[in-house]
Amino acid sequence: MSEPLMVLHYDVDGTDFTVAGEASGAVKKVLKQLGVSAEVIRKVAIAMYECEINMVIHAHGGFIDVEIRPESIRMIHKDVGPGIPDVEKAMQAGFSTASQQVRELGFGAGMGLPNMKKYTDEMKITTEVGKGTIVDMTVYIK
Amino acid sequence: MIEKRCHSVTLDRPSCKGCTTCIRYCPTQAIRVQQGKAKIIDERCIDCGECIRRCQYHAKKAITDGFEMLENFKYKIALPAPAFCGQFSKADDFDIMLTGLKMLGFDHVFEVARGAEVVTAKMKELIHTGLIEAPVISSACPAVVRLIAVKYPDLMSHVAPLTSPMEAAAEMARREAKEKTGLKDEEIGVFFITPCPAKVTAIKWPLALEKSNINGAISIKDAYMRLAHSIDKIEKVEHLSVAGRSGVRWANHGGEAEALGIERYIAVDGIANVMEVLEKLEDDMIKGIDFIETLACTGGCVGGSLAVENNFVANSRIRRISERLADNAAPVPKLDGMYWNRKIEYKPFSPLDEDFSEALKKAARMNEIYAGLPQLDCGSCGAPTCKDLAEDIVRGKANETDCIFKLRERVSILAREMAELESKLPPSME
Ligand SMILES: Nc1ncnc2c1ncn2[C@@H]1O[C@H](COP(=O)(O)OP(=O)(O)OP(=O)(O)O)[C@@H](O)[C@H]1O
Ligand code: SF4
Ligand code: SF4
Ligand SMILES: [Mg+2]
Repeated sequence: MSEPLMVLHYDVDGTDFTVAGEASGAVKKVLKQLGVSAEVIRKVAIAMYECEINMVIHAHGGFIDVEIRPESIRMIHKDVGPGIPDVEKAMQAGFSTASQQVRELGFGAGMGLPNMKKYTDEMKITTEVGKGTIVDMTVYIK
Repeated sequence: MIEKRCHSVTLDRPSCKGCTTCIRYCPTQAIRVQQGKAKIIDERCIDCGECIRRCQYHAKKAITDGFEMLENFKYKIALPAPAFCGQFSKADDFDIMLTGLKMLGFDHVFEVARGAEVVTAKMKELIHTGLIEAPVISSACPAVVRLIAVKYPDLMSHVAPLTSPMEAAAEMARREAKEKTGLKDEEIGVFFITPCPAKVTAIKWPLALEKSNINGAISIKDAYMRLAHSIDKIEKVEHLSVAGRSGVRWANHGGEAEALGIERYIAVDGIANVMEVLEKLEDDMIKGIDFIETLACTGGCVGGSLAVENNFVANSRIRRISERLADNAAPVPKLDGMYWNRKIEYKPFSPLDEDFSEALKKAARMNEIYAGLPQLDCGSCGAPTCKDLAEDIVRGKANETDCIFKLRERVSILAREMAELESKLPPSME
């Protein structure tokens, strides 16, 4: 893969619900300035937002690197949370371990990971229980 | 090349002090201060009127029409916006205000609130049929429609392609007038009494229509000035208030949504709030909602920048007086022009570069420049934020030394170099 022409870095605070979405919002702005098509922006924004929220709800925060190349946008989300014991199961639509408290906030439908899969062209999850999770997603520009 | 301006909002150059207040409040970052004067970047302006409200020197103006334009027509009709009747403290009855308006030189007064009722009926149909992707976004506020067209391309498919209440009212009023007088279309002048520059733009340079049915736009302010003196001298009050409560309340925020009689709606007013909701919708985070009312002005059209009365006061007055009206006035007529007849294209602000790789490089450079700026967003450079200055620099429209802090840095470096140079004067000159 070629060197990215631009790398954006964001820290995601795992203690504050209200800041989740700031990183995806900032990336959206950058992509609009770059003249990226509406469809690509939408895919990136939705996938990133879902992933960012997961980092806050399930993994006490972490950081995100966004690499922009002429042909693609890659988003790498890293956390040092509890990890995902069964990725295949977590990917199923409707699967969620969210607490009652989180569900009351409107999250926990178990649709985050399936949506990320749906809106991205490549998605890879590397995870280890007790260590953390890396969600690596790419959206193609053309 | 002189490009034709197509905005109602303009700068009155002599009044502008270059104070940089307005640049901070423009929601689309459309204003820069250069050489001591504000400058509106046309492709970015959505005519929301925010800058008109904020400028204490009244240097931002809306181009509207004057009463002298009435002379060009044999039969003149005033179309007061629903917000019009909220402006007067002395009158306690819509008929008094509408009669007063008529006396300013019109042959008839037709409330835009009637047009609002027609649009409401059509909107109900549209939501019900599911032809437009839910949630349906109202198209009543032209500033918001423009905002979506330049900033939220993905949401365009949610916007109801319906005509506005003022255009619907214009068609009804024209039809009535032609039947009554036998005059030709061009002999009838239809004038919108507007709280809002965006509506003026929508009349003069319509986005979604080939041509407007309205001949001129007179600001509520101008009408108010003339009316203020005469309103308590009216002798014979005519019965001109024909609109129902649901149409009249379109003046206030929430009025349009309430008229639909549905439960699952969002009503958002104030341009910053509107943008917040649109962002959320763009990220697919708004679920289970059928309709979104989006009004650029705080409080809705009563808060329009060309209105006179405080929007909270006007809101209360409209609510109270309209309480006596029937819910809906009359059966809804069939109109020819209920839908947009022009497609609105996504027209984003120019990207940093037409070529994507170049744009990327410029964006990277922009981030570097931004990192070197003080990030105080002080506005002294004439750009609203340090980020905007960084963008202007990579676009070749500004220099790093436009930043006073950068300039100071450069000056002190220069001063040091001068001092060094001085100490290195050749021995022959010592
Ligand atoms: N970063 C993460 N660290 C640990 N566990 C995670 C992480 N991301 C997802 N999971 C696990 O995978 C499950 C499914 O995630 P998904 O995003 O699909 O649903 P959700 O977050 O529970 O609900 P929704 O996203 O619909 O609000 C989560 O409930 C959680 O158990
Ligand atoms: S009218 Fe609105 S968009 Fe246009 S320059 Fe003024 S504040 Fe900006
Ligand atoms: S809210 Fe009403 S007055 Fe304000 S810009 Fe929109 S249409 Fe005009
Ligand atoms: Mg989730």
